[in-house]
Amino acid sequence: MDIVYTIWLRSMKRYIRSRSRIVGSIAMPLFLLVFLGFGLNSVVSTASLGQDYVMFLVPGMVAMSVLFTSVFSGIQIIWDKQFGFLKETLVAPVSRLEIMFGQTVGGASTAVFQGIILMVFAVFIGLRITSPLNFLIALGFMILVGIAFTAFGIAVASRMEDMTGFQLIMNFVVFPLFGLSGALFPISSLPAWLEPITLIDPLTYGVEGIRYGLTGVSPINPLVCLAVVAGFAAAMTYIGAYLFRKVSV
Amino acid sequence: MTIAVEVNELTKSFGSLVAADRVSFVIEQGEIFGLLGPNGAGKTTTLSMLSTILEPTSGSASVMGIDIRKDQDGVRKAIGIVFQDQSLDEELTAWENMDFHGRLYRIPKEVREQRTEELLKLVELYDRRNDIVKTFSGGMRRRLEIARGLLHHPQVLFLDEPTLGLDPQTRNLLWKYIETLAKEKNITIILTTHYMEEADRLCNRIAIIDHGKIIAMDTPARLKDTIGGDVVTIRSPDTAKIPATLPVPWVKRQETREGEVILTLENAEQHLSEIVTRLNAEHIEITSISVHKPTLEDVFLSYTGKTIREEDVSRKDAMRMHFRMMRH
Repeated sequence: MDIVYTIWLRSMKRYIRSRSRIVGSIAMPLFLLVFLGFGLNSVVSTASLGQDYVMFLVPGMVAMSVLFTSVFSGIQIIWDKQFGFLKETLVAPVSRLEIMFGQTVGGASTAVFQGIILMVFAVFIGLRITSPLNFLIALGFMILVGIAFTAFGIAVASRMEDMTGFQLIMNFVVFPLFGLSGALFPISSLPAWLEPITLIDPLTYGVEGIRYGLTGVSPINPLVCLAVVAGFAAAMTYIGAYLFRKVSV
Repeated sequence: MTIAVEVNELTKSFGSLVAADRVSFVIEQGEIFGLLGPNGAGKTTTLSMLSTILEPTSGSASVMGIDIRKDQDGVRKAIGIVFQDQSLDEELTAWENMDFHGRLYRIPKEVREQRTEELLKLVELYDRRNDIVKTFSGGMRRRLEIARGLLHHPQVLFLDEPTLGLDPQTRNLLWKYIETLAKEKNITIILTTHYMEEADRLCNRIAIIDHGKIIAMDTPARLKDTIGGDVVTIRSPDTAKIPATLPVPWVKRQETREGEVILTLENAEQHLSEIVTRLNAEHIEITSISVHKPTLEDVFLSYTGKTIREEDVSRKDAMRMHFRMMRH
């Protein structure tokens, strides 16, 4: 545990020091929330949503900031590889599993903080969280999504030599996962043939879980969401740990 | 004398490339042992195997009596490493880098803080302890890495090209630190280098390594003695004619290279005028002539027929080609 804590501590120190990164990665979902939210608010029929489009977007954008931050945190191992710091951890008398868990917990914490910052902004434009329990539900889902996608990032980073493949992963894996997740529009508004695809997307369950926490309603049973997201996080952690074990420097 | 490191027929191959070829040596405790050779000779590969980063293809080795294959964590606790490439976290301060290392090696808080302070003072970085490493110069980073490598009180310290890319002044300073360390802390040091002066100045014993094989191993003084005398270098536009003009018994060895002839002989100063007279008689132009005591460079040359620098250039290209092929 002490090693996991050590590596987590390093992540936190780096996170707090990189103010430009904090601002940079919060800007995108925040702008989307404001521009899309207010821009489309009057266009989108609110009947199918049961609420304002802006408020519909909030959970999606929270999920988005958690998703992108966590993938990026995981992939940062490539920097450690290139700048040599990974060697320092790998030759220490600690197990690879501890290092990987530390990185995962660190990345997930960073991602959750980013999500919370966005939530705070959302409060200013009208988000009302009904009870502390609801907040905790949302937080729980954010943590699971954060763990799953940091582990995903670590898995990818374990197989990559440099950052050149990063855009590819972003464009062909992360962005489709996000687009299909129901973060931007209700799943029910999609054509029938597309709906099964969104239901394969694990992020859908993360977004809907966060939505349940923040707004109290969700088209998917929150327990189903929990089961899927928790299972996905466990699977990703396993794959990440497996691939990280084989990393050589 | 206790044995600190024992290496037996250690081999590592990457496909068809044999990076380390049945390397064997024994290092006693407190020794500074140098692996000298050009880039790509197998120095770092050998060090990586000893520090459990690389799995050997065959052979065996132990560090402080601990088998590198059987008890990797045991070996890791006993050694400290300063890598050839930097391995600091640039976003953290000097102190935090030390602290991170101390925590990884599970050193209790008080001991950790006390040792960090002591070591940062030793490498003269204590005043900069709260500065982000990004602001440090190359020499400061190296010093910090050495301090960090010592934090967990290793019995054996690995230094992989410790002064690579540093200016002569900083290099000198680092050499002093390393000498002080060996004396004061009585730790065994293995260093790799392709700088002859570095190996000569620091090491008690040197293994010259080329193409993955150890080709000579002894103290610097005895290695230089194998040359058997002084070295005379004659630079001339017509080197080809020189050997025929010097069929004298006191020239022990001569070697013609591009634009120069290298002679080995004892008491060179006394024979210099005769050499010049003989060359003048044959109307051979002399661009320059110099005499020096044998250096490790001469030793390397006599064993491999090449200077370490020439070896470096061709080897770098070969390595690049090799890695390009491995990627595709």
